[in-house]
Amino acid sequence: MDMGSLLHQFLQQLINGISLGSIYALIALGYTMIYGILKLINFAHGDIYMLGAYFGFVATTMFGFSFLPAILFAMACAAVAGIIIERIAYRPMRNAPRIAILITAIGVSFLLEYGMMLIATPQPRTFPAVFSADVYHLGPLVVNSQQVVILVSAIILMAVLTYIVQYTKIGKAMRAVSFDADAARLMGINIDRVISATFALGSALAAAGGVLVGIYYNSIDPLMGMVPGIKAFVAAVLGGIGIIPGAMVGGIILGVVEAMVSGFISSTFRDAAAFGILIIILLYKPAGIFGKNVREKV
Amino acid sequence: MNYLRKADLKRIVACAILFAAVQGMMFADIIGPFWELNIVLICINIILAVSLNLINGYTGQFSIGHAGFLAVGAYTGAIMTVKLGFPFEVALIVGTVAAGFLGFLIGLPTLRLNGDYLAIATLGLGEIIRICILNIDYVGGASGLMGIPRLTTFAWVFWIMIFIIFFIKNFKNSSYGRCCLAIRENEIAADTMGIDTTKYKVMAFTLGAAFAGTAGVLFAHYFYIAHPASFTFMRSFDILTMVVLGGLGSMTGSITGAILLTFISAYLAEYPEWRMIIYSVTMIVLMLHRPQGLFGNKELSMKMFGLGGGKDGRTAESK
Amino acid sequence: MKRVSKVLTALVLGTVLAGLAAGCGGGEKKADTIKVGANLEMTGGSASYGISSKNAIELAFKEINEKGGINGKQLELVVADNKSEAAEATNAMQKLVSQDNVVAVIGPNLSSSVIAASAINNSAKVLDIAPMATNPYVTVDQASGKTKDFNYRTCFIDPFQGTVMAKFATAELGVGNAAVLIDNSSDYAKGLAQFFKENFVKEGGAVTAEESYLQKDTDFKATLTKIKATNPDFLYVPGYYQEVGLIVKQARELGMNMPIAGGDGWDSAKMPEIAGAAALNNTYFSSLYSPEDSSDINKNFVAAYEKAYGQKPDVFAALSYDSALLVAEAIKNAGSTEPAKISEAMAKINGFSGVSGSVTFDDKHNPVKSAVILEYKDGAQSLKTKINP
Repeated sequence: MDMGSLLHQFLQQLINGISLGSIYALIALGYTMIYGILKLINFAHGDIYMLGAYFGFVATTMFGFSFLPAILFAMACAAVAGIIIERIAYRPMRNAPRIAILITAIGVSFLLEYGMMLIATPQPRTFPAVFSADVYHLGPLVVNSQQVVILVSAIILMAVLTYIVQYTKIGKAMRAVSFDADAARLMGINIDRVISATFALGSALAAAGGVLVGIYYNSIDPLMGMVPGIKAFVAAVLGGIGIIPGAMVGGIILGVVEAMVSGFISSTFRDAAAFGILIIILLYKPAGIFGKNVREKV
Repeated sequence: MNYLRKADLKRIVACAILFAAVQGMMFADIIGPFWELNIVLICINIILAVSLNLINGYTGQFSIGHAGFLAVGAYTGAIMTVKLGFPFEVALIVGTVAAGFLGFLIGLPTLRLNGDYLAIATLGLGEIIRICILNIDYVGGASGLMGIPRLTTFAWVFWIMIFIIFFIKNFKNSSYGRCCLAIRENEIAADTMGIDTTKYKVMAFTLGAAFAGTAGVLFAHYFYIAHPASFTFMRSFDILTMVVLGGLGSMTGSITGAILLTFISAYLAEYPEWRMIIYSVTMIVLMLHRPQGLFGNKELSMKMFGLGGGKDGRTAESK
Repeated sequence: MKRVSKVLTALVLGTVLAGLAAGCGGGEKKADTIKVGANLEMTGGSASYGISSKNAIELAFKEINEKGGINGKQLELVVADNKSEAAEATNAMQKLVSQDNVVAVIGPNLSSSVIAASAINNSAKVLDIAPMATNPYVTVDQASGKTKDFNYRTCFIDPFQGTVMAKFATAELGVGNAAVLIDNSSDYAKGLAQFFKENFVKEGGAVTAEESYLQKDTDFKATLTKIKATNPDFLYVPGYYQEVGLIVKQARELGMNMPIAGGDGWDSAKMPEIAGAAALNNTYFSSLYSPEDSSDINKNFVAAYEKAYGQKPDVFAALSYDSALLVAEAIKNAGSTEPAKISEAMAKINGFSGVSGSVTFDDKHNPVKSAVILEYKDGAQSLKTKINP
């Protein structure tokens, strides 16, 4: 292979990787926010993403919504679902050992997956094309309009999220709770409300990711959240868990690494490479790329 | 010391009686082949649960990659008997040692991490092991390693299980085990007391991995096949659930958890659509009410019944 | 909150206990029914195959029972879940043959599951027929090379389909360079790819690239970009429609306009929906079944299936339906519910006509059937050519 085609392939893989990575980033954001506040690895988060895809599917096929209302509808429904899950499964366990909450999260994940299987059958559903997939040629490179939409939507959502977290009252409260929950409580912050809001926001982002994936790959099924869920968590840890820009960068890096490994080595080693990079980063910078190393005090 | 030995002797006699009773019922066909299979499966799950309990429960290191070691044991054991023609005993030893060695290699660097970071690293390593196996054509790749003879019998699996249970019980009560418990309670304090925390963490991890390997050899030689799909992170979650459900840090808890979940799974086979739903709801509800698991970190004993056993999660909810 | 959760607990415990009780009490025998087992992927990664199979088998049994059953007895289906996993398939098989005392078993669909479970049904001397397990070792023992007495299948074996497509590509399409993209988590796809490659090279072609992916993957652009760089004029993708649909779609988006072909895993009404009708033009697949097949039995089956389940049957459903009919036929011919006699009767079945064509078993318990090459034209399948074994 000559240099030119190698470079061309590299750029093409970069485009593929970024569009895949921005979806990981959307899911990872919810993960990282929930972890930041509850110190809980919410294994059910990947299934919220699946739920979001199905809500989007219902909105487009049954209600005939177009893209924007459909994605907003899915985000709203998933936010409600997130709040309900937190209320029923996680809130009663606020003081329980963390591993018990983790098991509950795994339980919720199974319940969502197989509940959906019961309702919607395990057969994959095909997502209707809500806008046409135009293909653009930039020289030898190929970009399709869906990739552009995914990237643009992801960027807009992340900007909105950053705004909420940085400049609104609830965002300030979130940061306070994640910094020190007890102190925040003493300052008069209603912790339960903040946690509900975090779940709502995180779930809405995951749902947006689900709808975008549904449109991009136009195929959704009840187990679709399992692997992206784990991958998104890897992305969150990669960037430094609990840190919002970290999740975005982690997601994009993971997507690009996967595309490069599939392109230049073999796609069967893609997941192994993703986990391998995670472990290497953890060993050399345990708090992730953006994380600060905090020495544990007695 | 003498007292301990006497108690152990009593326990071993009790195990022998249990073994004779179950084996007798199998010969007399009171326990049919289906339940025989599930009893073997329970024994394998008990080995997995107590070995994970050694890492997660006693040493307090959060590992969720146990399926990877199970896979290593299953595959190396199967290579020994199927490809190289060694007897089953050799396969058992090699499978155990291979998984233990890998546990050592993985444990040495990763056990510096703590809490959730270790969890995600072990989860990742478990998947890496599986993906590597998936890409090795020598062991059948995605088709799995087929044609493994059924060499595991109830006698083998039962006595190996008893050996491992006693080994871990005695390990816990040894000076090594007490160091592990100290690390669980407070790693920094243990470090200050002069305990080489890395050494003991790696030791517990290696032992746990090795026993998971033993379980793998038994598993592959009972179900005729070693298949990558049997060793996904879902399997790791299954084992973790058994341990946590029974009570993290309780040997009898792990055993009960393994028995309970295997039985539930076997019974629910009749209702495939509902199986996972009932399973998951049971899991959630149990955790909501007994977040510390059925037995907490206590052991099931006659004393516990005297006190009325663990009813509702009084201790947990009183906070 | 506490009260609510208490009520919830009571409810769950009640359900579980009721379930357990039902599970224990389910063993009573009804004299006028014949129990047939189905060892299927009801949960786990391949649940969609298992559910298609279950739907089709239930439909077949319902139709048979409405016509008065077999030898005056009604057929009863007992489903056991193998969680899409080989070891669990052994467990499920053991349950069916020793707990439920079924006279024959249908399934599993995954070759590795059938191979692992076959030790159980062969030692219990109960017939098993696998609708979609294509690995040669499903019916033949790997070590001894002998045919397993109690294992049958309704589908092609891998070598046949791979060979057929290699011949078609070189003779009919006249291509010389082919790339192969394999579903690495499926032995079915690997088998097809292997025999395609061997025969394609034998016919004078060259393989430019060989890449692989895993089931449940959704993004293939990276791999396809790599393949595109080797300039093949034919792409062989033996996999299942969920992934293949996306592969075809993404390949076309990347400007790969060469013919793309695969095996019967492509066959699904979902295919045009996933890939898009335009992208599917110039694609071919080998199959033994097409929902568009004009035989009466198939038309009735497709109509009944759509009526019952609201979707068109896929290849898993069709072959499971045939498997169910074959089991019923064998029980009828045996005139007995003794498992060994049913198996004997199965071996003797000759020219049985099902929805996927006529079935006669050869000495390796594989059906002798002719293959068809179907072409997608504007989203619809059309018959390109028929190739006899």
